[in-house]
Amino acid sequence: MKRSLAGWTFAAPALLVIAVFFFLPVVAALALSVTDFDIYALADIHNLRFVALDNYLGLLRNPLFWKTLGNTLYFVVVGVPLSIAVSLGAALLLHSKLGRFKGFFRTAFFAPVVTTVVAVAVIWRYLFHTRYGLVNWGLSWVGIDPIDWLGDPHWAMPTIIVFAVWKNFGYNMIIFLAGLQSIPEDLYEAARIDGAGPWRQFRHVTLPMLGPVLLLVGILTMSGYFQLFAEPYVMTQGGPLESTKSVLYLMYEEGFKWWNLGNASAVAFLLFVLMAAVTSAMMWFARRKGAE
Amino acid sequence: MKRPLATAIVNGLLVALALLSIAPLLWMLSVSFMQAGEATHFPPPLLPSAPTLHNYHELFARAGMGRYLFNSFLVSTCVTLLALLFNTMAGYAFAKLRFAGREKTFRLLLAALVIPAQVAMMPLFLLLKQMGLVNTYMGAIVPGMATIFGIFLVRQYARSIPDELLEAARIDGAGEMRIFFQIVLPALRPILVTLAIFSFLAAWNDFMWPLIVLSDQDLQTLPVALASLSREHVQDNELMMAGSVVTIVPVLALFLVLQRHYIQGLLLGSVKG
Repeated sequence: MKRSLAGWTFAAPALLVIAVFFFLPVVAALALSVTDFDIYALADIHNLRFVALDNYLGLLRNPLFWKTLGNTLYFVVVGVPLSIAVSLGAALLLHSKLGRFKGFFRTAFFAPVVTTVVAVAVIWRYLFHTRYGLVNWGLSWVGIDPIDWLGDPHWAMPTIIVFAVWKNFGYNMIIFLAGLQSIPEDLYEAARIDGAGPWRQFRHVTLPMLGPVLLLVGILTMSGYFQLFAEPYVMTQGGPLESTKSVLYLMYEEGFKWWNLGNASAVAFLLFVLMAAVTSAMMWFARRKGAE
Repeated sequence: MKRPLATAIVNGLLVALALLSIAPLLWMLSVSFMQAGEATHFPPPLLPSAPTLHNYHELFARAGMGRYLFNSFLVSTCVTLLALLFNTMAGYAFAKLRFAGREKTFRLLLAALVIPAQVAMMPLFLLLKQMGLVNTYMGAIVPGMATIFGIFLVRQYARSIPDELLEAARIDGAGEMRIFFQIVLPALRPILVTLAIFSFLAAWNDFMWPLIVLSDQDLQTLPVALASLSREHVQDNELMMAGSVVTIVPVLALFLVLQRHYIQGLLLGSVKG
């Protein structure tokens, strides 16, 4: 009895903070999303009306919502596999017995992860500047004409994806490295005796053994990438032609530029439902693969 | 015969990848010491022709960088201290103290990890507005005071504290508070360092929430101020690079000093409970 009291007392402050500043707002967001809460309701709560699913239906009819959803999916579908591939490649390099100065390289690869998104986005905006950016200068050496990286609707999202991969690959690399180190050496030994070369060792030993780690990394990266916001906010302001405006960017503008907090909550919930669906699909897929 | 070639390829790739990772940061540093307008030449200069601290001086004297730096330090330090206290107490409770509903509550917390923080932002803004905390430091600090990830991290580590140690102290008549401060906290020291770095970095680098809750310029943190500066000074690349240096250097330095703890925490936090 006394022990139980002590437990609750120790857990209470954190639980209280999380309940008041996270759980309560999440439930309230669901309620808010079925109202027309706008700048008039912000001034006087009596202007608030219940609108049932109108916000959701309105969004599904809104071309801008579909545009931002398409942009976000583009970022996730291209960015996540690319990110994971680079992370895995870097981890394999660091794990290789042939490499030197591994501590230094690990730190170098990881450094972008701890930097501030806004600050490094400012650097990249300059690196990819059309007229005096270092990237176009480099390309001019191999005879490629200047590309308007962040001003061309076709190039803006790929540029942001490359930026995100650069910024984030170190994180998953560390997780992969730990996974690689836990694969027993005799498995490789056995594969070598069976005559498997490096590629087949990777394909038939490394990848299957990394399965659970891959799933974890996939889910973490996917949910992180769905929350794209600061990168386009700084690098392109959602442009050009709204080609980099993400779902969260739409939520931010709806909520805190136009003060349509009801509609913004509906946007947030739609994104949440989509993320939950993709996560479940990945877990279902992984279980099926594992059962085979 | 094949070995030297493979060695060259592996090391070559390592060097190339390291260059790609670090070069943008080094160039930022270099450009931040250039004269105004020097970086808008083509081809872009790699090193400043006459290094100057002019940009830094400009930032602190005219753009109020000192104020933003102070704001960032204040908010991040408060978040770190509060998160340390709250998450450690809760993490320890979930690992070592038996109480009714413990497992259920913990499962609920873990399940809630899938909810993106942005879902809560609109009502949270209204709630803080009611409490008079919009446009105050407290408004930026409050949501980071306790995190599910932090509780999880401490719990994972605290499970390794032997029960006999705690029982012995109880038999000796020590109260739960004394046990926590005299036995548990010292045993948790490594994970406290880890948790402190995570909290500090997360608070320092956070962008969306401070952008929403701190519209008053005098209260803005570095990322928010830098984003709005970069919209005003689109052409002043040298100035903006100096701003990025000021923003990045503190967290990069913290990471370099405490790297081992950070990576340990990253691995502990990503292992499924």
